[in-house]
Amino acid sequence: MNHHHAMTRSAHAVLILLTLAAIVPFVLLIIASFTDNNVAITEGFSFFPSKWSTDAYQYIVNEKDTMLRAYGITIVVTLIGTTLGLLISVMLAYSLANSDLPGRNFMTFFVTLTMLFNGGLVPTYLIYTNVFHIKDTLAALIVPNLLMNGFNVILIRNYFATGVPTVLYEAARIDGASEFYIFYRIALPLSKPILATVGLLMGIAYWNDWQNGLYYLNDTSLYSIQNILNRINENISFLASNSTSGVKISDLPTSTIRMAIAVIGILPIVCIYPFFQEYFVRGIAVGAVKG
Amino acid sequence: MQTTVNTAARRRKVLRSVVKYWPFYIMALPGIVYLIINNYLPLAGLQVAFKRFNYGKGIWDSPWNGLQNFEFLFTSNNAWRIIRNTLLYNLAFIFAGIVVGVTVAIFLNEIRQKRALKVYQTGILLPYLMSMVIVSYLAYVFLSPNTGVVNGLLRRLGSSGVNWYSEPKYWPFLLVFIQLWKNLGFNMILYYSSIISFSQDYYEAAELDGATKWQQIRNITIPLLKPTMITLMILQLGQVFRSDFGLFYQVPMNQGALYEVTDTIDTFVYRALLQTPNIGMSSAAGFIQSVVGFLFILAANGVIRKVSPESSLF
Repeated sequence: MNHHHAMTRSAHAVLILLTLAAIVPFVLLIIASFTDNNVAITEGFSFFPSKWSTDAYQYIVNEKDTMLRAYGITIVVTLIGTTLGLLISVMLAYSLANSDLPGRNFMTFFVTLTMLFNGGLVPTYLIYTNVFHIKDTLAALIVPNLLMNGFNVILIRNYFATGVPTVLYEAARIDGASEFYIFYRIALPLSKPILATVGLLMGIAYWNDWQNGLYYLNDTSLYSIQNILNRINENISFLASNSTSGVKISDLPTSTIRMAIAVIGILPIVCIYPFFQEYFVRGIAVGAVKG
Repeated sequence: MQTTVNTAARRRKVLRSVVKYWPFYIMALPGIVYLIINNYLPLAGLQVAFKRFNYGKGIWDSPWNGLQNFEFLFTSNNAWRIIRNTLLYNLAFIFAGIVVGVTVAIFLNEIRQKRALKVYQTGILLPYLMSMVIVSYLAYVFLSPNTGVVNGLLRRLGSSGVNWYSEPKYWPFLLVFIQLWKNLGFNMILYYSSIISFSQDYYEAAELDGATKWQQIRNITIPLLKPTMITLMILQLGQVFRSDFGLFYQVPMNQGALYEVTDTIDTFVYRALLQTPNIGMSSAAGFIQSVVGFLFILAANGVIRKVSPESSLF
């Protein structure tokens, strides 16, 4: 039995190391955001800075108009995008799961092909800007690429096809219920587990998205938190040029401000994630084979 | 005569189903319309690779220019570099992802305490939840030439430090490491969820025969994992022409000095579309990526249908 204990012990050791490796960079990011800017420049970031400071957060409080607006945009985009995307995905998936529906095979093919063949950035960008004039609108953060994808539709369809007995629908039909009523009162409640899983993945994708903003926004007033972070990466003077309190770039603790904004960007995810962790793990597992 | 009666009867039956189920078409409509806008119009728009694009005229009315965009792309030396980087990084990611993912999943399977199991899973998955912008900030905490942790340590050791964002030679290793770090939790869960579905009977029988843990892993777990490993590997090989734009654009901070080892098809297409701009070259590179990528996925799916039909995409 001894070697069993040895195996378990080394498993614990390896996993503890990996867990630390995953978490430590985030701890350092937080410490960096509380480091005095001059200490950061002379000594570099470290776990134990010789001088702590809240200057970076002070700046964020001074610039709260910009920050709150970006936060608001992130939240609005995440809520609208996830709700709308989930709704159109589940309605399409429910139709595809009806094996008596004429044209179902063609529609399934129509969805599957989008998972295999896509036009890529250039035509997508040109269609959205040149045909739909989506530039500098809130829709630019919601619609392109993120709203729905074939993969999620197929995932939900499989759930309907295998997890919901069709006799339930038949019984309701015999009772004279309309198809919309059946969808809303029977199919939707029964599909809650898969909707929670897919919704969580979609919500994270919206919260984290910076690419749509990069492609489609020039108007900085529509920037989400991620877009602001991306813009600071490109050019640190963005902070001063967009300041509402009129500070000069040379007066800013720029090294630590960017870290503080990053901390604020990840805070909600880090806080709610442990409670959703199981859904998230299940999301990865159900998608595993069809990944 | 008989056949016409049959087809007529079938047509009536289909028609009755269409009438009976009309609400289903209404429900499918928004999703279908979205796919037309988001996926099918861009597919039709791939033709722009063979055109001299003009914003005023748009995709459909811009004049054709044959293969000129492709000639420019291939005479610019960019083509070889971005294709090489895209393929090599993907192969490294696939290989490292399988080896490390399977190893860590096997370790995780040794943990019986529920609490510890949850802590490890939650911790190791955390990076997977972060956007690449955040990952680039984390990397910057370590690699910033002036304020980074690594150069701080090096300076304390008497070295003058490394200018990480202008030294290409470190980046192949850094990018593979960062990609592995970010996706380890995901890979681990994939294989772990497969391992916990194996029947315990094999292990109990092996235990009775006095097999060691290591023997059980080598002779039971790994052989049972093989189909999953092969399936996932083929699916990933089907994607070798796509690269993670965020990883290659954000983490090296789009530094020109690093392009030799960080520029992939996706970063090149983006820069040529919106920064340089050179829509002709960008659309040519994008066209190659879409079409070759599609062929790779078809091939991968064909192989999967042979080895494990239940996991093929179609």
